Amino acid sequence: MPRDAKQLSPPTMDTLKEGVWKENPVFIALLGLCPALAVSNTALNALAMGLASTVVLLGSTTLISVLRHLIPKQVRIASYIIIIATFVTIVDYTIHALSLELYNALGAFIQLIVVNCMILGRAEAYASKNRVITTIINSIGMGAGFTLALFLVGAIREILGFGTFFGIPLFGPDFQPWAVFILPPGGFIVLSLWLVLFAAIRRRKEQRKEVAHVA
Amino acid sequence: MSPESPAFLFLHAFLINNFVLALFLGLCPFLGVSAKIKTAVPMGLAVIFVMLVASLCAYGINILLVHFEIEYLRLICYIAVIASAVQLVEMTVKKLSPTLFRMLGIYLPLITTNCAILGMALFQTFNEYNFVQSLAYSLGAGAGFMLALVLMAGLREKLELASVPDACTSAAISFMLAGLLSLAFMGFAGLGG
Amino acid sequence: MSTDATIAPASAMPSSGRLIATLAVIAMLSGFFVVLVYQATLERIILNHREYLENAVFEVLPGASHRVNYLLTDEGLERLADEDVGDANVFAGYDEDDQLIGFAMQASARGYADVVRVLYGYDPGRECIIGFIVLQSSETPGLGDKIETDPDFLANFDCLDVSLNEEGTALKHDIVTVPPGTKTEDWQIDGITGATVTATAVARALRESANEMIPRLLRHLEQLTDPSPETTGKEVS
Repeated sequence: MPRDAKQLSPPTMDTLKEGVWKENPVFIALLGLCPALAVSNTALNALAMGLASTVVLLGSTTLISVLRHLIPKQVRIASYIIIIATFVTIVDYTIHALSLELYNALGAFIQLIVVNCMILGRAEAYASKNRVITTIINSIGMGAGFTLALFLVGAIREILGFGTFFGIPLFGPDFQPWAVFILPPGGFIVLSLWLVLFAAIRRRKEQRKEVAHVA
Repeated sequence: MSPESPAFLFLHAFLINNFVLALFLGLCPFLGVSAKIKTAVPMGLAVIFVMLVASLCAYGINILLVHFEIEYLRLICYIAVIASAVQLVEMTVKKLSPTLFRMLGIYLPLITTNCAILGMALFQTFNEYNFVQSLAYSLGAGAGFMLALVLMAGLREKLELASVPDACTSAAISFMLAGLLSLAFMGFAGLGG
Repeated sequence: MSTDATIAPASAMPSSGRLIATLAVIAMLSGFFVVLVYQATLERIILNHREYLENAVFEVLPGASHRVNYLLTDEGLERLADEDVGDANVFAGYDEDDQLIGFAMQASARGYADVVRVLYGYDPGRECIIGFIVLQSSETPGLGDKIETDPDFLANFDCLDVSLNEEGTALKHDIVTVPPGTKTEDWQIDGITGATVTATAVARALRESANEMIPRLLRHLEQLTDPSPETTGKEVS
């Protein structure tokens, strides 16, 4: 087993990193945007939504990967949706029981995790074709990437829109909150600025590679 | 206008709390098919149609669920029924009107994963709308989606002729536009009071 | 990345019986797990809601330490068990010596962006609204949410006059909003600059609810001025 783990190690890290950076579901693949914008008006809400989605993603892809030989191809999408909906309902009730405040802040968007295209996409494109262990690693990576993206959007919106970070005031009492950032337009604009930043970083990397290649 | 009246609920979902621009529902198809007005219009029509069907289904199922006191199965039932309803609609349209099918055909399957549909069904249930209110609300939601889609498509067609910085790939600049549209739609707040 | 070889060798069309069986098994399992989680969390969720409501009631009725739920209808006042808190529309708050502090009731009206829902406290002794908190609002942050934070606005609710007319059928003076700083009477609410619509919505919500509930409530007041916790305990158990 340890030897196996060693052999697995490099691709494992790659799979994990892929989800966070190279194939980040929000910033690169543009999946799961609805929750990324709708509940990301504070860092805490964004983090909670990211974690809830990760739990659903991890649970459902693992189960789908385990069952991948048992589910006939013709009914796979229906089966996946039922499995995902089950996990979402479980997460929904768990959050409801843990904290009413958080539940009210996230509202119907917990239940809307069901139609987060990231999860169905992972189930169809990865979990149905890969071994359980690699599926788990991939899902953790993707979940982490999704959570990171939500957190980045949420943090900026909270800092500019409320002048706080996780509820802690940052700028003193004279700060006039930039309210538009906690309103819907702010979500679109912050996400768009992150997309620009990520695209610019990628471009620079590619250009460097080209230069190195030519030299 | 009373906040309960169907006319207000229509306005509410159509403009004041536009599903795409204020509630961020249905962003994937919003970005996917808003490149051309020619595709945006049939997609919008398809969504309006499915919204109405889904609203009727959700209303019916909810009565059943409440009757048997199994509300905790709501999410699973809704998503399963909406997915099958879309398939049924697809088959019916194909059989009855091949022209309409050619127009809507490729968009119908896309709608299954449109969170605006499920979102509408859930909101309608949470707010305990009656039958007429549900219909007005879903019609407004669908029409609002179509309006946002067509506006966006018009803007993006113009954008093709503009020179945009390299880093602002199509998605980034689209979101910027959506942000401005959303800002404009905030002006509808307080309408109909 | 993906190899088709790992897909189940069921590429030949399986019988529809098998398809239906698969879906049925998955649906049954899923239903089983959902029910399990529902049962496990139900108690906790109800407790959370009760705590939330309790805190809200105690906040609008300063000094209250326990409450009794009532359903107020045209016919009268019906006391509800603690579990049926969801059906109640009036919450009576009592202090430690079982003295009635007042009643908490819900009111709602359309604000700027969406419905604003508030819980307000009513003191029958002074015939005043003595405070309110916002239960649900999606008003513009920084403007509309001033109704919760603006000290001048909240000062309106030290004792907002809601005394009834002589027949006891409606308020003697309707609650109205006036421009900021021009409040002269106890039934007027000083508005907020920049949150005019929201402040007016709060006033409208209170006016409608008070007009409907308070006359009814006072008519049936004798029914509940003496509900000591002993009787409460008996009724609950």
